[in-house]
Amino acid sequence: MTLPRPIERFFQEIGRFVEMVGRVFAWTPRPPYDWRELLRQMVKVGVDSVPVVLLTAMFTGMVMALQTFTVLRRFNAESYVGSLVALSMVRELSAVLSGLIVAGRAGSAMGAELGTMRVTEQIDALEVMATDPVHYLVVPRVWAATIMLPLLVVLANAIGIFGGYLVSVVLMGANPVSYMDNTFQFMDLNDLISGLIKAGVFGFLIAAIGCMQGFYTTGGAEGVGRSTTKAVVVASIAILISDFFLTRLLF
Amino acid sequence: MPCKICISDLRKSFGPKVVLDGVDLEVAESESLVIIGGSGTGKSVLLKHVIGLLRPDSGTVEVDGTAVEKLGNREITEFRRKFGMAFQEGALFDSMTVGQNVAFPLKRLTRKSPAEIRDRVEECLAMVRLEGVTDRLPSQLSGGMRRRVGFARAIAHQPEILLFDEPTTGLDPVTTALIDEVIVDLNDRLKTTTLTITHDMQSAFRIGDRIAMIHRGKIIAVAPPREFQQLDEPRVQQFLRGEATGPLTDDQDAAAVGKAAIPGGRLQGPRGL
Repeated sequence: MTLPRPIERFFQEIGRFVEMVGRVFAWTPRPPYDWRELLRQMVKVGVDSVPVVLLTAMFTGMVMALQTFTVLRRFNAESYVGSLVALSMVRELSAVLSGLIVAGRAGSAMGAELGTMRVTEQIDALEVMATDPVHYLVVPRVWAATIMLPLLVVLANAIGIFGGYLVSVVLMGANPVSYMDNTFQFMDLNDLISGLIKAGVFGFLIAAIGCMQGFYTTGGAEGVGRSTTKAVVVASIAILISDFFLTRLLF
Repeated sequence: MPCKICISDLRKSFGPKVVLDGVDLEVAESESLVIIGGSGTGKSVLLKHVIGLLRPDSGTVEVDGTAVEKLGNREITEFRRKFGMAFQEGALFDSMTVGQNVAFPLKRLTRKSPAEIRDRVEECLAMVRLEGVTDRLPSQLSGGMRRRVGFARAIAHQPEILLFDEPTTGLDPVTTALIDEVIVDLNDRLKTTTLTITHDMQSAFRIGDRIAMIHRGKIIAVAPPREFQQLDEPRVQQFLRGEATGPLTDDQDAAAVGKAAIPGGRLQGPRGL
């Protein structure tokens, strides 16, 4: 029995992903450790994404405040705007939005870079010179993304809450002191941690998927384009789906 | 003569396309064998089997008595120290300078000190007549220069076996002659075993101790250069004369095989997880 093509391809992708993840874990503990490359990737994935992540988080916080203010006023519950904005950002929005942005910025770059290396035989050249391409190329990228995404989310949380504060206090005339009080009133450490765990998982997924797409590129320049697109699309879907299960898992 | 590389009944298909259809070939210790054949007749695929970048569907490749396709993850890394390979378009790492590219195999495969590495890099670049480009990036070089850097990188760690995937295609005649000279010289002086793929007949006759012709995934002729020219095989004669019509081009299936691209494929090489 042969499966229909799309289903076959779906399972092939899953298989490749699992194999890639397995190889990443197998190679991670083995020397030589390329700290410089890890650092370089951390800058590329994390530091370079700071402005756009901040911008997104700022406006998300602002919109959240606007929306919740309008809706909660109907129940005379405006005093909970701060809590709502903060909890939404910390538990959910910072991680997902930063993830989607990093998928678009860094995941696509990984797909394109490794894809180009594949079609120009640079990956073959690595293997020939006794260098495992997963060890050399994928391991630093995956861990850089896994480390940097939670750090981006910390920034996004702060700036998102600040954006909400700005709108509520300046635009909606909320009392600054009670708004700030309210913001942290219902939050505990677990909310923050669950957001950070999510971010770490998303970072891992983005890099592993981006690298995998690049790694299996075929067909020249067109193939590189295809891999780049797939790196973003598949990673974004993976973020949204895994987000549901992570939320369920982390309470 | 003991055989350094023994290929027997090697078969490989990509999907429905049969690329290697039972290749038998023996390369002797310190011999220079040249493989010729039209574009896409499976020459590169054959070379990639020798170094274990591709896995055969059936058949074996033995190097020094070791079956390449049976090697595991770690063994293959060790095994590849014997080899230097120059790729078609150079395959230079474009994030590294020329010097870092040539130094790469030295750092990875030898225990040389940084000073020794620097000297060896200069030496290798001088051998391909590239001086003063050490700090440039591959993107700042011409195609021919990139090719020569790839060549320098392949010979840097003084491997026992050199594989050249079209080392001179697209280079000017003078540079081609220079590369040929380097290959002959390495072969003579260091007793390196070389396997070269080309469709440049002049080069083939200059560097080959023997010449093999591959067509439709099979070796159709092997002979020393002088005898090769006299071969009574019409397909060889067509190739040597460079004619558009003849037995090579008559069957269109051959052209179809030629289109079989080498896929980036599965995680390549004979090692899974």
